Amino acid sequence: MDITTFLIQCLNAVQYGLLLFLVASGLTLIFGIMGVINLAHGSFYMIGAYMAFALTPIVSSVFGGGFFAVLLVGVVLSVLLGYVLEWAFYSYLYNREHLQQVLMTYGLILVFEELRSLLVGDDVHGVQVPDILAGTLQLGDMMTYPVYRLFVSAVCLALAVGMYLVFTRTRLGMMIRAGASNREMVQSLGIDIQFLYRVVFAAGVAIAALAGMVAAPVSSVYPGMGSQVLIICFVVVVIGGIGSIKGAFVAALMIGVVDTFGKVFLPQASGVLVYLLMAGILLWKPDGLFKAG
Amino acid sequence: MFTFNTYRFTLIAAAAALAIPASYAQAPAKLKVGFMLPATGTFAALGTAIENGFRLYLNEQGGKLGGREVEFFKVDDESDPSKAIDNVNKLIKRDNVDVLIGSVHSGVAMAMARVAKSSGTLMINPNGGADAITGSMCAVNIFRSSFSNWQPGFAIGQAMAAKGHKTAATITWKYAAGDEMAKGFKEGFEKAGGKVTKELNLPFPNVEFQALLTEIASAKPDAVFSFFAGGGAVKFVKDYDSAGLKKGIPLFGTGFLTDGTLDAQGSSAQGVLTSLHYADGLNTPRDNAFRLAYAKTFKMQPDVYAVQGYDAAQMLGVGLAAVKGDAKNTEGFAAALVKATIDSPRGKFTISKAHNPIQNMYLREVSGKENKVVGIASKSLEDPATGCNL
Repeated sequence: MDITTFLIQCLNAVQYGLLLFLVASGLTLIFGIMGVINLAHGSFYMIGAYMAFALTPIVSSVFGGGFFAVLLVGVVLSVLLGYVLEWAFYSYLYNREHLQQVLMTYGLILVFEELRSLLVGDDVHGVQVPDILAGTLQLGDMMTYPVYRLFVSAVCLALAVGMYLVFTRTRLGMMIRAGASNREMVQSLGIDIQFLYRVVFAAGVAIAALAGMVAAPVSSVYPGMGSQVLIICFVVVVIGGIGSIKGAFVAALMIGVVDTFGKVFLPQASGVLVYLLMAGILLWKPDGLFKAG
Repeated sequence: MFTFNTYRFTLIAAAAALAIPASYAQAPAKLKVGFMLPATGTFAALGTAIENGFRLYLNEQGGKLGGREVEFFKVDDESDPSKAIDNVNKLIKRDNVDVLIGSVHSGVAMAMARVAKSSGTLMINPNGGADAITGSMCAVNIFRSSFSNWQPGFAIGQAMAAKGHKTAATITWKYAAGDEMAKGFKEGFEKAGGKVTKELNLPFPNVEFQALLTEIASAKPDAVFSFFAGGGAVKFVKDYDSAGLKKGIPLFGTGFLTDGTLDAQGSSAQGVLTSLHYADGLNTPRDNAFRLAYAKTFKMQPDVYAVQGYDAAQMLGVGLAAVKGDAKNTEGFAAALVKATIDSPRGKFTISKAHNPIQNMYLREVSGKENKVVGIASKSLEDPATGCNL
């Protein structure tokens, strides 16, 4: 492997890892703050991807086009969706056992899949890469790297930094962290914890949906895509330490590297390498890399 | 009293003795056809197309096959190999079907074939391409109206070499169908003087191709062979284009790469060459008539799956006619089919000794929203049926 190939593979690894982080961060956020195991998180990713597909013609006829307008509308819609779902379903789950949470959120997966099937059918769809991001960077004579993938990495990185700043540097972040450790205490200080949870949940949904929207042009849009991403996201969360955003970040990048270079150097085993990594880390640190709280 | 009863008894017995054979002679029992196809999930549309094709042929025959009226029994196989044995047993043991039609997923079809072989029930497989079904697992009562995975792979290998490409990389999912098609390709390509220089794969149904595309760019083969289907095929073809590879390294594949996916693949698929036993624009009288009838009946365009369903019904009709509707006579059924020529919309084909179609593999080029036929990649190609002792 020459140096150009190696560098491009590193870019591939980081891009995949960052995208995984974006999906997994919502999952670990909702668990870390509210203690809810949300199996339907993959569905939010799928909903995002389908929104990118379905909204593009609508948004372009109303606002005269633009991928970024689609992203904006999609984020607003998914925040609303998250807010309503929290109010209607998830707020009843906070003090339930994990088994009950798993059963209900699994039920939601089935509902979302059925709704998707009714509304947009079972076909596979593609989403166009926006024109301004459609080019490729030439690196060496045959080697190129799609600009859009750099954009995906940039969006993910920006969100990661944004989340870090909100949690560590703002009053909102402080209240959320406090709410995660002691709900009653925060409530008795006069903070509306119910509203806070609703905001966090809506943010988690929006982040997953945004990941789906951003990924749609490079991953296409197909039934069952949510369940596929959910499995690998659970691996990210488990390796990183359940509830830890920092852990999810590190774990997602590790998986990006292991998966990418595994496919290249050990293609026969690439399917199991990620799980071997998980097993190895859990043997060494049974609670994952960064235990939350 | 006694005489009266005896008299009445004799009368009833005589009437019954006359009536029963008479009713049998008038209408033979209906032929029970068991469909084991996906009705839900990603492959649902394929299952529908197969059933439509089957029913279209049946309608053309006035609703009868081998002189018997047809009664349908259906189970949704959910494309789940782990449920296949249960599902096929429902049809065989509960519904007592005379013939099994199924399935789409190779794994399900394998499990079906295993049960059909041990129970001796007639089975026609209208899609699943696993080589073993008409290879090492072949049986006198098991037939295929579709293809073996080896066939389209081998054919496109020959076509790629004929285009003057000397080196190739292969890229597929690591599972039975991917392995078998890539193996067929390698055999066809290397027999014609080419050399496979890189074999890439990733676990099914993973769709993160970027790392492997970088490897292809770095290896610089003359051409690339790929097998993917459905959502994975859409993404692969688009990624291949957006990685900038399409301009320098032509992309080849088996037909599944571009069948039913062209809408989503858009301009990325233009010019991709694939091989399959069916294509758009065959423009033969037989195919045109079929396409018109299908479109009229079902208000949609037929595809390769509809053709396979149609031909499954045709094969069943031909075989049953030879054994006068007796589906238990699998020896006679098989003997007739192996001698028969099936007048398929894809073009006439015969059935090999291992019960797989000996058929033309078309070379198709994506042009607009169609897989246009541009030639024949391999004429009357017969599967080697390794391990079959029929």
